[in-house]
Amino acid sequence: MQEIIDRVVSGDRITGEEFLCLDKEADLYQLGFMADAIRKRLHPESVVTYVVDRNINYTDICISACKFCAFFKAPEDPQGSMLTREELLNKIRETQELGGTQILLQGGLHPDKPLEFYEDMLRFMKETGIHVHGFSPPEICHFAALSGQSTKDVLKRLMAAGLDSMPGGGAEILNDRVRNMLAPRKCSADHWIAVMEEAHGLGMRTTATMMFGHVETMEERLEHLQRLRDLQDRTGGFTAFIPWPFQPDNTALAAATPIEKTSGFSYLRMLALSRIFLDNFDNIQASWVTQGPKIAQVSLFFGANDFGSTMIEENVVAAAGVHFRLSEQEIKHLVTDAGFEPRQRLMDYSPAS
Amino acid sequence: MDSFIEQAGLGDILAKVRAEERLSLEDGKRLFECPNILAVGYLANIVRERKNGNKAYFIYNQHINYSNVCTNLCKFCAFGKEKGHKQAYEMSIEDIKQKVRERLDEPITEIHMVGGIHPDLPYSYYLDALRGIKEVRPDVHIQAFTCVEIQHLADLAGKSVGDTLEELKEAGLGSIPGGGAEVFSPRIREITCERKLDGEGWLRVTKTAHRHGLNTNATLLYGHIETIQERLEHLDALRTTQDETGGFLAYIPLAFHPKNTAMSEHSRTTGIDDLKNIAVARLMLDNFPHIKAYWVMIGPKLAQVALSFGADDMDGTVKEEIITHMAGGESEQALGHKTLIKLIQEAGREPVERDTLYNVLETF
Repeated sequence: MQEIIDRVVSGDRITGEEFLCLDKEADLYQLGFMADAIRKRLHPESVVTYVVDRNINYTDICISACKFCAFFKAPEDPQGSMLTREELLNKIRETQELGGTQILLQGGLHPDKPLEFYEDMLRFMKETGIHVHGFSPPEICHFAALSGQSTKDVLKRLMAAGLDSMPGGGAEILNDRVRNMLAPRKCSADHWIAVMEEAHGLGMRTTATMMFGHVETMEERLEHLQRLRDLQDRTGGFTAFIPWPFQPDNTALAAATPIEKTSGFSYLRMLALSRIFLDNFDNIQASWVTQGPKIAQVSLFFGANDFGSTMIEENVVAAAGVHFRLSEQEIKHLVTDAGFEPRQRLMDYSPAS
Repeated sequence: MDSFIEQAGLGDILAKVRAEERLSLEDGKRLFECPNILAVGYLANIVRERKNGNKAYFIYNQHINYSNVCTNLCKFCAFGKEKGHKQAYEMSIEDIKQKVRERLDEPITEIHMVGGIHPDLPYSYYLDALRGIKEVRPDVHIQAFTCVEIQHLADLAGKSVGDTLEELKEAGLGSIPGGGAEVFSPRIREITCERKLDGEGWLRVTKTAHRHGLNTNATLLYGHIETIQERLEHLDALRTTQDETGGFLAYIPLAFHPKNTAMSEHSRTTGIDDLKNIAVARLMLDNFPHIKAYWVMIGPKLAQVALSFGADDMDGTVKEEIITHMAGGESEQALGHKTLIKLIQEAGREPVERDTLYNVLETF
């Protein structure tokens, strides 16, 4: 163990085997001290960043019906809805008035909107000048299937229409056993990676996520991290990694099998393990939306160097019964109280002003 | 691992902790001011594991707040109300017995009962409340009435605190909770709770209770206007008292909840401050057997993490908690037995169900 610790602290990469060894044998402090040492090496200036943005879900109508999701409405459900242009514009304006710099835009995999619909939506949004951090690999795959075009061509067209960057959603766990159990209609692990690689190849920056704490094994979490690290070695296109635990309330998955919510302790361990393994990711985000402000603040000592977003609006986690809210002022207070300087950033982690 | 502690500038304190030397107030100040919560927690965890091994305690308990009518009306409190206020309430002896009766099918071993400083309930009410609980549930341990209430009861009875305690014991009182300590500093009490029994009085009642064979707990209300120095002087007073009597069971740092109080302009405490108050207390209070992470106040997630930062007790299942929730506490009102056990196990600790006096009832 001491040998692994020494190597990690001196900046060496760990193998998958060593990752599993750390998971089994390292205690909370060993993981925390290692993750903290890496964070300090990558971010010696003691700054914790955050972005001011809003999640906009253009529709909750979704053909994917993932078992871990409490947000979607099936296409035949009369309660499903689509935002109007006016609603979209109002939300963007409100965001800008609050000093927001970007919109995180995500569906729903809508059953029949053509690609032109999304292009129009992007052009319309870009008239406001806001940064659009939008869609995700499953949406790109879905648009490609509907339009009969390649995912690369879909990406090119969306970029031409104004898509600035892409969030790493829909990764869940990048293992097809898990995906077949939870989200059989969502794109495969290979497709997720392929779309991200294409996006990076086209010069687009993206993030990567992981939703853990449901049916996956630790080996499958490792497979997920390994695939991300390998892709990052090839492209360098990921700006950040954002792990968060599955939130079971109101989901089909939790109704079918009782799944205990991942505890704060396990979250901090996983965060630290991710920071240690993903040596080629500059930034790791804390998930206050799922963990609440207290654990999110503590996670700044377990590898996180970014507080995520103010999320002026958030719908998906809220649908799963979790309703933490934080203002920009509260985020700044938490960061300062933890001994760091808070700094507003843009999607690419450059300073907002 | 020592190198991480040395880098955080706490190498000398690590040596003291290993040698089981008492820490000075100056050490305490450095611990509170150390920006590296991991290093502070690591030190606290050494003491925690030395004293309590891998055990993490919890209790199956029931809270009863017999009345919120209070003449003290402390500025940090959202619970106390003036008599006649539309939210004011007081439970009759029958109401109290009914509360106990309602949960007779649960394996509750402790009833935790506190209230305000009521202007006109007679002394007999308190004795009857204890007797009433014992009548319905003879085996239960009653932990009731903070030192502030005990002094009030002695004043009502026109008797010494010692004689009053003997009568309360006779009626069923088993031990005394740690509330009402707030911050002992006269400066803080002058600003926030001028009508409350002062710090010296609180400690006097505590010592009397210990001499009469009653164990008590101790608390500190942190996260408002108190300074680090005031926190440390408070801890020092507790440590000195414990040296004299040995009657304290647990120390419970209480996070100030500002909502609906006369001090609502303050922010809620942060996770780091919560952990620090637990960890520094574990290090300073070397003569306290237990440090409690009260999940009702800091949330179950952080309380679980606190089991690695000095705490060895998560309190209990707690139902119908009112005092914290009136001040905007957002945690659940009850954690199931199973959830508590799971949280403790996930944190790598051994869940131990205890009684009030920390006798082991069951391990899981």
